[in-house]
Amino acid sequence: MKKLLNLTIDGRSLQAEEEKTILEVARDNGIDIPTLCYNEDLEPYGACRLCLVEISKNKRSRLVTSCLYPIEEGLVVKTNSDRVLTNRKMLMELLLARCSGVKVIEDMARKMGVEKPSFRPQYLDHNECILCGLCVRACAEVVGTSALSLVNRGVNREVASPFLDTASDCIGCGSCVYICPTKCIKMEDSGDTRTIRNWKVNFKLKKCKTCGNYFAPEKQLEYIRTKLKLPKDFFDTCPNCK
Amino acid sequence: MVRLSSPQQLEGLRKSIVERKDRSKPCIALCVGTGCLAYGCTDILNAFKNEVEKNSLQDKVDIRATGCPGFCERGALLTIYPQGIFYQQVKMEDVPEIISETILKGNIIERLLYTDPNTGERYTKEADVPFYKRQQRLLLDSNNKIDPTSIEDYLAIGGYAALAKALSHMKPEQIIQEIKRSGLRGRGGGGFPTGAKWESTREAHGDIKYVICNCDEGDPGAYMDRSLMEGNPHSVLDGMIIGAYAIGANLGYVYIRHEYPMAVDNVTIAIKQAEELGLLGENILGSGFGFKVKVSRGGGAFVCGESTALMASLEGKVGEPRAKYIHTSEKGLYNRPSDLNNVETWANVPHIILKGADWFNKIGTKGSKGTKIFSLVGKVKNTGLVEVPMGMTLREIVYDIGGGILGGKKFKAVQTGGPSGGFIPERLLDLPVDFDELTRVGSMMGSGAMIVTDENTCMVDMAKYFVGFLQEEACGKCLPCREGLKRMLEILTDITRGEGRKEDIELLERIAATLKDTSLCALGGTAANPVLTTIRYFRDEYEAHINESRCPAGVCKELITYSIIDEKCPGCGLCVEPCPTKAITFVAKKKPVILNQELCIKCGTCYDICKMKAVGVK
Repeated sequence: MKKLLNLTIDGRSLQAEEEKTILEVARDNGIDIPTLCYNEDLEPYGACRLCLVEISKNKRSRLVTSCLYPIEEGLVVKTNSDRVLTNRKMLMELLLARCSGVKVIEDMARKMGVEKPSFRPQYLDHNECILCGLCVRACAEVVGTSALSLVNRGVNREVASPFLDTASDCIGCGSCVYICPTKCIKMEDSGDTRTIRNWKVNFKLKKCKTCGNYFAPEKQLEYIRTKLKLPKDFFDTCPNCK
Repeated sequence: MVRLSSPQQLEGLRKSIVERKDRSKPCIALCVGTGCLAYGCTDILNAFKNEVEKNSLQDKVDIRATGCPGFCERGALLTIYPQGIFYQQVKMEDVPEIISETILKGNIIERLLYTDPNTGERYTKEADVPFYKRQQRLLLDSNNKIDPTSIEDYLAIGGYAALAKALSHMKPEQIIQEIKRSGLRGRGGGGFPTGAKWESTREAHGDIKYVICNCDEGDPGAYMDRSLMEGNPHSVLDGMIIGAYAIGANLGYVYIRHEYPMAVDNVTIAIKQAEELGLLGENILGSGFGFKVKVSRGGGAFVCGESTALMASLEGKVGEPRAKYIHTSEKGLYNRPSDLNNVETWANVPHIILKGADWFNKIGTKGSKGTKIFSLVGKVKNTGLVEVPMGMTLREIVYDIGGGILGGKKFKAVQTGGPSGGFIPERLLDLPVDFDELTRVGSMMGSGAMIVTDENTCMVDMAKYFVGFLQEEACGKCLPCREGLKRMLEILTDITRGEGRKEDIELLERIAATLKDTSLCALGGTAANPVLTTIRYFRDEYEAHINESRCPAGVCKELITYSIIDEKCPGCGLCVEPCPTKAITFVAKKKPVILNQELCIKCGTCYDICKMKAVGVK
């Protein structure tokens, strides 16, 4: 049994197991903290900074990333203090300036009271990718393929396939597509082919012996089959017909 | 060499080395550090060797290639022992004369002595030169007394005696207490108490622990770690072994920028020598304690100087910082307890162990003990590495040591702490330099870069330069640092073009506040300092750019025009040829030249060339 710790979030006295993060405890208790780069199945990353909260300890207060900060006994957390909100708004302005015209971000900004960024319109970018790294981390941590990575530094940072060429380790599972918060990774199934343009890859899809539908990339099925040591004919039929 | 198996054997070896040395034998100690290398000191070194051979003086004169003594402005530098004669701006052609006059006859060559440009006074000895006189060279002093590739030289000046003392007379806890009591704070920039860091790493759970030396010095203009690593690598190893023993680590890493080839070479040689003598490896000096050091080269990413990014890079991953809510002393390199200290911090350790915390404690201020090496660069007369006790004022550093501003210009500001440090204005020149005071005025100690600017420096332009540097060198992981710096750079660029908006200053301050409050690592957290301090101390310059489209310092090209002041122009025509766009026309002698504004690209070449100050800038 893990030790239970006492803490306060937004005035509510809570108890939670040690080693949990502030974000986990908040969400377990129905307290909403906005996030963009967080997914509970992945290691927390701390890049979008939207989940910042203000903590007080020994009369000192500071902002911490709630997705990374492990709770402590007696911790006092404010998720909506003036300091948090002011900073979160500026973060949203900066994000909006990067992703001008991207609906998810615009909606999120509006919810926080940011209509448009204070920067000059001619400088606004229309980048759909917010560099949250969810795709890269899902590919590495969940799928185990590491077909993508974040490349370059600073303002030149981007998600890319190796050497900006075909992502040769990609199995076409589409995890990156599903997890992307702005839906900027484009996947298309047409006939017996799956295409993910962003990574310059095409996959032949497997046809179900029973219903005749194409249901998954052959490379992905082979990857799963080998990993789980399944019989050769295991994926001859699709999950629906099994 | 025989492996030493006890402190007594080390002392025995030291004694025999010292006895073998003839102290009265002349020794020419020539700096072959990176600065002097650029002046061509390798050729000078070879010339000395040839000259000595030619005069059959091989047995009568020693030639020693040493590390950097710091006065890089005046290279190539050499000191002649035992007299301690200090020659500067030495050239190839001076070599025969130095041998024939100074070495053989004992005559001083006046023209090679340092002459104070302010007083005209000449100095024979290094210690008397104003640049050196006010310094307290605890760490740098040995640089020109030893050949960095000779462990014998290091032993001769008492090297590894601290290690022997620590291993034979002190328990690990005692060493940590001594370092804690000394008040030593991390010289890499953060100023975290070193002893506390060691203690928490020692107390952290785990069988395998690491110590790391951070030599990923990347600040523009800073090269103190480089000079220590190149000039006295054993002193750093000495400190690291003591630290490892105190912490309970058996493996250490030296992380050096790949761009520092000489530092890489010299520390690699030093490690090999220390291994051969049994000062590294198993059972060091018979103590039962074993420690190994590996060298790892960084690929040149500025952000890898940040401890967690450095550790990621050491693991072979992309050098990106992570949050430090769980300290690296608990989970650092390979998730194991790791202690990372900067080169200069490690080099302080042997001194503290040997001379005691009480001695160290007496140097410096209440909150910052010991000395600090600064690289004093920019518009000062004497540029180079200076080591001063903490608490010396900026004025003393800039004027007494630096000799004041070049070309009779007025001091404007000094930028401390590297690209994410801040600018400190003239009215704060009497600020005692230590960790806390620098932070209080909005700057920081950083690695110890000190860039002096004069009246011809535009503060908005400077802020733009550093923000530009940082936006390229930031890792790009966290949103405020990546996007914030980009937006700040756009705004600053607008202002320097005379296109700033009234609300831009406030907007810059708002972005800066968020950068400070929300960035993932210290690079982002401090990145706004150049902007914040220039707004704080030079707001009028921002306002002149925005409200009047005027650059008071005459720097921002879009806002200035050069013109010929006819009354002052003697028509010498010196400016005509160098003008890259042929915008200046020669008329006749004693008639002013004509500058064609349409062709002028405002490069300022004519302005720099004209000795009559006949080129005006508005």
